[in-house]
Amino acid sequence: MTTLKSLMIPHRIVMMLLFAALALWCALSLRWDWIPKYAPLALEGLWTTIWILAVTTVLGFLLAVPLGLAQAIGPWYLSIPARTFCTIIRGTPLLLQIWLLYYGLGSLFPQFPWIRSSELWPYLRQAWPYAVLALTFSYAGYEGEVMRGAFSGVAKGQLEAAKSFGMRRFTMFRRIWLPQAIRNVLPTLGGETILQLKATPLVATITVIDIYAVSSRVRSDTFIVYEPLLLLAVVYMVIAGVITLAFKRFENQVPR
Amino acid sequence: MELILETLGLAESAQLLSLSPPGWGANLLRGLANSLKIAFGAFGFGLLIGLFGAYGKLYGGPVLRDLLAIYTTVIRAVPELVLILILYYVGTDLINKASSAMGYGRVEISGIVAGIWVLGIVQGAYSIEVLRGAILAVPPGQIEAARAFGMPPLMTMWRVTIPAMMSFATPGLANLWLIATKDTALLAIVGFSELTLETRQAASSTRAYFTFFLAAGGLYLMVTLCSGVVFAWIEKWARRGQPSLREGRS
Amino acid sequence: MTLKTILAATVAAATLAAGAATAEQVKIGIAAEAYPPFASVDSSGTWVGWEIEVIDAVCAAAKLDCVITPVAWDGIIPSLTGQQIDAIMASMSITAERAKTIDFSNAYYNTPAVIVADKSLDIDATPESLAGKIIGIQASTIHQAYAQEYFKDSEIRVYQTQDEANQDLFAGRIDATQADSIAMADFVGSDAGACCEIKGPVANDEAILGKGVGAGTRQGDDALQAALNAGIAAILADGTHEKITARYFNASIYSE
Repeated sequence: MTTLKSLMIPHRIVMMLLFAALALWCALSLRWDWIPKYAPLALEGLWTTIWILAVTTVLGFLLAVPLGLAQAIGPWYLSIPARTFCTIIRGTPLLLQIWLLYYGLGSLFPQFPWIRSSELWPYLRQAWPYAVLALTFSYAGYEGEVMRGAFSGVAKGQLEAAKSFGMRRFTMFRRIWLPQAIRNVLPTLGGETILQLKATPLVATITVIDIYAVSSRVRSDTFIVYEPLLLLAVVYMVIAGVITLAFKRFENQVPR
Repeated sequence: MELILETLGLAESAQLLSLSPPGWGANLLRGLANSLKIAFGAFGFGLLIGLFGAYGKLYGGPVLRDLLAIYTTVIRAVPELVLILILYYVGTDLINKASSAMGYGRVEISGIVAGIWVLGIVQGAYSIEVLRGAILAVPPGQIEAARAFGMPPLMTMWRVTIPAMMSFATPGLANLWLIATKDTALLAIVGFSELTLETRQAASSTRAYFTFFLAAGGLYLMVTLCSGVVFAWIEKWARRGQPSLREGRS
Repeated sequence: MTLKTILAATVAAATLAAGAATAEQVKIGIAAEAYPPFASVDSSGTWVGWEIEVIDAVCAAAKLDCVITPVAWDGIIPSLTGQQIDAIMASMSITAERAKTIDFSNAYYNTPAVIVADKSLDIDATPESLAGKIIGIQASTIHQAYAQEYFKDSEIRVYQTQDEANQDLFAGRIDATQADSIAMADFVGSDAGACCEIKGPVANDEAILGKGVGAGTRQGDDALQAALNAGIAAILADGTHEKITARYFNASIYSE
């Protein structure tokens, strides 16, 4: 394996030894006795983080396609709203968007008593729908901008060729345009997904118990500050690493 | 702004947002000023890290290059919120321990400085990549020419490399600046009174959550849009003397 | 720019970072999130409330030069141990768990913990009655510790501030909240709290709920602890405490 060979350079071996020593020191002299007690909670939190990440990237991407398309070729009454949406999402902090959705909408509920008797109420009471909505919008806003470029980047000749074969507009979109646009954005998708992963801990501020919230709980229960945060950082690095590898593998399977 | 609100029939909101004390507008603006101060400081600090880091990654020894690679990888994989908490608590703790070990007294670290330090470290990792790409885009002949004339390295950097790479770096830096302004909102979590925390305080005191969060969103958006204009102008300036990209295309 | 100017600029930035070291000031940490009527920001941006006045009075009596420093409640103990602040006076109850990490002065107020819920909801403050209900509590408080210990059959939602829990009680997203009786009396007396009423105090457990509210100091900072104790004793003895209390509440909130 080439990567193994590249690690076997003297200074890297020294650095790895130093790193191993540091890790050993952390394992031995810091406090980790809380881990067994909080492990089940942490696993649940990890699961929440992962499913929120997966659901919001998929939904966000599905929303990004029409947003990008509307901006790239849509008539003005579609392109202007799409562009405004992307500008607003990209121009304001996600934390503020989450709070606006959760507490802002929440503050309107008491004015409309019928909401509480509606069928949606059991969901509106939970925090996760707001978290999913905010993160989906956020991903769609950023990725919509990327998709706009991707749609514009598909070579005109190919579309003209499809047209000259008498392909219907929708078939053309499905068979030629969309696959190529997706191939164009593929290298950026991994990075965008990692950015989305890094946005997920914000949902802890609206009472969703993700892995970040579990680490806060450990901090507040035990007053141990650094250890949960360090472990949390490692967990996020591992997830980011897995995402990078997965997208690389996926990218390699797509013919260029 | 108030006129628009009045015409929309939102007189109550306008009152809440007015600048004199019964309204909370002044608090929001103070928060905005703090946010901008931190964003500006963090962006500058990040640029400084980015410049030296980019040089280190390009021309440094193997150890330095590996260390910088670890720095950029770690920062870009861990959520800003977690980094902020770690850097905020660990950073001030370490500085105090170091200063008392060296025999000085305790160092006072103001909230703004802590914010700049924390966000600057995060910005630095992204800056390195942007600037490294921009330096690589500078035709090597220009730097070699400067060297051939016996220009000292720092002067080459200041007089040749930086001006030449500006046009390549501006779009990436504009993006970083926007990230810096938005990331200041995360400092609300560590209790620093920037725009988002001021908004939260105003909202919870008046229960007008919707009004205040929308108003803050408007302020952030204004900063973004204004920055867009300024950066477009900077990019035009940085590109002066270069052939237009549009030439011969249409 | 030459190397010299760059160096000069770096040194200047470093000195700026270090800031003007003012030696004698005592930084009193309060929670950056509003906790009315004890501490909240008014529309002119100044901190007001019962506890703010008590801090001023205690510092005046103890001849300390105090500066009020807001820090996130969630990280207030790390801020104290990390030397960002010198003392905590943020309605923090004296508990055995916290006393493992920080020292406490004598109590300067004490109130029972109560359950607040919607008027239409027929419940009391017992675990049986709250089973299956959603209880909102503020993170890192005695109430969180208590709810996790006693209300195991209820769903517990953790908020960063009590205000946000109140907001969600008002919105109907949670059924009940557990908090300090005085803050809650203030809440149910306000427009936003008109929905709700105090259902009664929870069964006392001194190990969790503590022995009143005291000022937290770093372990080993005995001089400051003694000074604060002297200040608290002085304002209790000369009637200042009572005078401040009378401006905010109908009854005394201090008992031996």
